Amino acid sequence: MPDDLALQLERAVAGDRGALARLISVLERGGSASTSLERKLRVRPGSSYTVGITGAPGAGKSTLVSTLLGEILEEPGQQVALLAVDPSSPLSRGALLGDRVRMQAHTASPEVFIRSMASRGHLGGLAMATRSARRLLEHCGWPLTLIETVGVGQVELDVASATDTVVVVLNPGWGDEVQANKAGLMEVADIFVINKADKAGLEATRRDLEGALASLPPARRPQILETIATEGKGAAALWQAIREHRAAITASGELMQRRLAQVRSELRGMVDAVLADRVQRLFAEEEVDARILAISDGRLDMAEAGEQMLALMYDQANDSTMT
Amino acid sequence: MNTAGKRILMAKTGLDGHWRGPTVVAKALRDAGFEVIMIGMARPEEVVQASVDEDVDLVGLNIGGHVDVAVRAIGMVRESRPEVPIFVGGVVPPHAKRKLEALGVEVYPPGSQLPDIVAAARRLTGLA
Repeated sequence: MPDDLALQLERAVAGDRGALARLISVLERGGSASTSLERKLRVRPGSSYTVGITGAPGAGKSTLVSTLLGEILEEPGQQVALLAVDPSSPLSRGALLGDRVRMQAHTASPEVFIRSMASRGHLGGLAMATRSARRLLEHCGWPLTLIETVGVGQVELDVASATDTVVVVLNPGWGDEVQANKAGLMEVADIFVINKADKAGLEATRRDLEGALASLPPARRPQILETIATEGKGAAALWQAIREHRAAITASGELMQRRLAQVRSELRGMVDAVLADRVQRLFAEEEVDARILAISDGRLDMAEAGEQMLALMYDQANDSTMT
Repeated sequence: MNTAGKRILMAKTGLDGHWRGPTVVAKALRDAGFEVIMIGMARPEEVVQASVDEDVDLVGLNIGGHVDVAVRAIGMVRESRPEVPIFVGGVVPPHAKRKLEALGVEVYPPGSQLPDIVAAARRLTGLA
């Protein structure tokens, strides 16, 4: 299997989209094959850039991304990958991934690679494998990756720790000043887009946003753009704003800081996941049931039981490294 | 029941506006645990690229009576992803059904039952 992975990776680097697509599936499935593949992927500093597009369900993210792709592809030689995340049903674990419907214009272009990803139970607006897939794309030489999140509310902020420039998409009539001052999504935006700008309430939304951002120093104040994605209006200005933001954070050194924060966040998430898995296995042990019974009978206290559980987990971990 | 991330592409190669059928089928497949990638109305080239990029395990085409376009799409998918099974739905006249079945694709004309389509998806993706 590892040999096959190495071959697939070689092909993907050489431009074989089928190989690239199969490797993303490997990352999505997780497990040992995914780990073997991850071992072959190293960050290539300075070789690629990632833009996140996030916002509430129905804000027009997919349509906006589609017009943005059109703008990007106007530049000769430009190549762009898109990872579009949609939610999995927590009940059936199935998913309807519909982002491509709005991207018809680009779906047969060799300069564009579009991959729909189901969130597969991962909260936070991305799928578990989205970051790995982005790294794979970078490894394979894709210079620009767009990540479109699940439709989010206020606290699904994975996008901020996975991308270099964050675009937050809102609509006229969205909330009020109180909403605009709430923490969360508002704090991670590098660029705001008020999409569906032909709808009523545009001025009020812009005013509330500007009010909420007024306390920031001018240099850190995100641009507020207006778009009508269904007509392609404002897409050129958005692409321009993204390029300006990229240039600014590259020059100021902030990009480097962001990349370090991204790696820290991902590394931590990985360790968290391993630990969560260990805890799950621990609770499948029969010895745990005996302790649960002892606590409920009053023979054992919670603190002592907790320490015993941790000791058990370390024993398990030692056993598994020895075998 | 474990559909374990099996992925199905749903495309409409027919030019008619009958969306209800593929939408209902897509939802039934989702509820059975599949990840269903909808691409809407698509040219054969778009069907091929999506089936490659999305690494799907099964391709579903709603052909809405336009058999020639469907035959072309089937041929092109076979060329780039020969291992991927294809099933077809929509308004398929009897002579077209025979023609498509001769190409080795399963055909589910109007009146087909959702449980049968879901069962076919499970079988074609190696789950049953």
